[in-house]
Amino acid sequence: MAQMTLLQAVNNGLATEMERDDRVIVFGEDVGVNGGVFRATEGLQAKFGEERAFSTPLTETGIVGAAIGMAVYGLKPVPEIQFADFIYPAFDQIVSELAKFRYRSGGEFTTPVVIRTPYGGGIRGGLYHSQSPEAYFAHTPGLKVVIPSTPYDAKGLLADAIRGEDPVIFMEPKKIYRSAKGEVPEADYTVPIGPARVVQEGTDLSIFCYGAMVEACTVAAEKAKEKEGLSIEIIDLRTLYPVDEEAILKSVKKTGRALIVYEAPKTCGYGAEIAALIAEKAIEYLEAPVKRVGGFDIPFPYTLEKIYVPDAIRIFLGIQEVMDFK
Amino acid sequence: MSDNLLQVIKDNAKSAKLPPGLEEADIKRMYEGMVMIRAYDERQKKLQRSGRIGFCVTSTGEEAVQVGTAHALQENDWVFPYYRQYGVLLYRGVPMEVLSNHLYGNETDLAKGRQMPAHYTHKDTKFVSFSSVIGTHLIHAVGCAMAAKYRRDNCAVVTYIGDGGTSSNDFHSSLTFAGVYKPPVVLFIVNNQYAISLPVDKQCGAETLHLKGAGYGVPAVRVDGNDVFAVYQAAKEAYGRARSGEGPTLVELLTYRAGPHSSSDDPTRYRGNESDQWQSKDPIERAKRFMQQLGIWSEEYEQEIWEQARFKINTATNESEKYPEPSWASMFDDVYAEMPPALAAQRDEFLEKEAGLDRANEGEFPL
Repeated sequence: MAQMTLLQAVNNGLATEMERDDRVIVFGEDVGVNGGVFRATEGLQAKFGEERAFSTPLTETGIVGAAIGMAVYGLKPVPEIQFADFIYPAFDQIVSELAKFRYRSGGEFTTPVVIRTPYGGGIRGGLYHSQSPEAYFAHTPGLKVVIPSTPYDAKGLLADAIRGEDPVIFMEPKKIYRSAKGEVPEADYTVPIGPARVVQEGTDLSIFCYGAMVEACTVAAEKAKEKEGLSIEIIDLRTLYPVDEEAILKSVKKTGRALIVYEAPKTCGYGAEIAALIAEKAIEYLEAPVKRVGGFDIPFPYTLEKIYVPDAIRIFLGIQEVMDFK
Repeated sequence: MSDNLLQVIKDNAKSAKLPPGLEEADIKRMYEGMVMIRAYDERQKKLQRSGRIGFCVTSTGEEAVQVGTAHALQENDWVFPYYRQYGVLLYRGVPMEVLSNHLYGNETDLAKGRQMPAHYTHKDTKFVSFSSVIGTHLIHAVGCAMAAKYRRDNCAVVTYIGDGGTSSNDFHSSLTFAGVYKPPVVLFIVNNQYAISLPVDKQCGAETLHLKGAGYGVPAVRVDGNDVFAVYQAAKEAYGRARSGEGPTLVELLTYRAGPHSSSDDPTRYRGNESDQWQSKDPIERAKRFMQQLGIWSEEYEQEIWEQARFKINTATNESEKYPEPSWASMFDDVYAEMPPALAAQRDEFLEKEAGLDRANEGEFPL
């Protein structure tokens, strides 16, 4: 075991998968000699050569479209979209093509492409280097959407995504790229796509979150314990589609109170799906209305980022509100 | 037509000789391939008009594009088509039933009744499924060719786009990637003069579409797309370049969409009389004249191949009509390699509650 940051775990995960399967190739803007703008692909070109790790022209639709063609041929492409904010030119390729290839061809052609992309706030990136577009993809049948929050999960989930046969949007919380540290095995292993992770058990209220919000929720739960003596359960969803319904329902049935936390604009954000799921399948267990703490319904601001992204303070206030309901 | 246009058929010649690389048997096979496409289109139109199929796309006038490019294909080659290349499937020996089952979207349709007619898929002949979004498949062909190059496989990856498609985002991304990575891809621009209602001179300000290759460093040629032997010659050369590692080629094939865009389109709304002048350039008529010049065409032969084609097509479509629609449960398959539990739950709930509640008769409310 080695200590790694989430970023190092992604890098190590890519190298591990490239080592064990020569179908795996990585590419994207500045991915080659530069190792990506965040260095997630650092050293891969030196180790595996220019054919397997390379920089592409600046066309996201080209990057994803070419990956689809490679997958049809039998490779396992892992393209990088430099920032999730730049994924929209490729949206057509992802939604119209990647997600539907297996279905529309009656299973004749499959496109196991894993698109890696850093997302979310936390790096003072303003409108176009901070977005969280996960809901668009979770809404699209044919895609899996995965978001790790720990180095161990990052490597393991990435491995499972690459070894699988479905297209995966693999979103990396760039705020914690370097701050999230943990033990990561050097050897290869997988963390299965699907199951959520119980970050901490509790009995008074359940928080459902993912990505960089897990850390903020943990701090808020700590404060709630300290100040109000509350026992908070935190569930890191890890996979947004297919989501772990069982884990969500089990937790909310136990605590009777649910708070959902995500960075993206609140309206029609992924948290709405979790709220609806709880309303459909566990409403009789609730002791208070479900609450969502999301980003505001505005574009992501630059200077005021610190008050835009949900933090431990806003999450703490959310916990109080749900707990205060009588 | 401009001087740099590749042509083989001399319409007014008294005699002709076999084009390089083609035997008499090839000429006949190519001619019969074109007749088969036209006969298939006749049948499609009848089936659509009589309500037996919901929709159809024909390729009347574009038979030479399909047969000329198909004749030069080898077994390992890939095809990334759009609507008007189903003749390539037929030419590669795919049974007529495979196509007609798709027209009906029945339970034996390879696309399992999920796509509108004209969205053929056929893995065995590397004929790759495509969407209705214009241009997106071109970059798949380029990526596929990049993969073939990575694997050191000897093949050509062939793709087609209409004149309208040259304005799409992925025409640009495809030519960009093709120019940089030089994979074994051949991109045919089927310039049939119209993108639904928009004529090519309002689609693009350049004098010809093949000029677009130069901006990306992709060699380009311009060919008489209604001359099946010229199309073949250009295709053969381009595939050869691909297979020998010389990289991509862009080929503009000048042709004419003699029919509507689809069965939902009415060309009288936007087209004048110019189709009259294209009648004389009908690729089948021109190939016939060439065969007459060679002395290998007769009325009996003509009658025989049309009869054979119609018999084959009618037999297949009649057979396809007998199959039921896909099962309701099958609608939920193939979204993922393994069905996620929540999707299985949706399927099970739907089947449990709605099995037997058919919507066959409009307006009927079975509850």
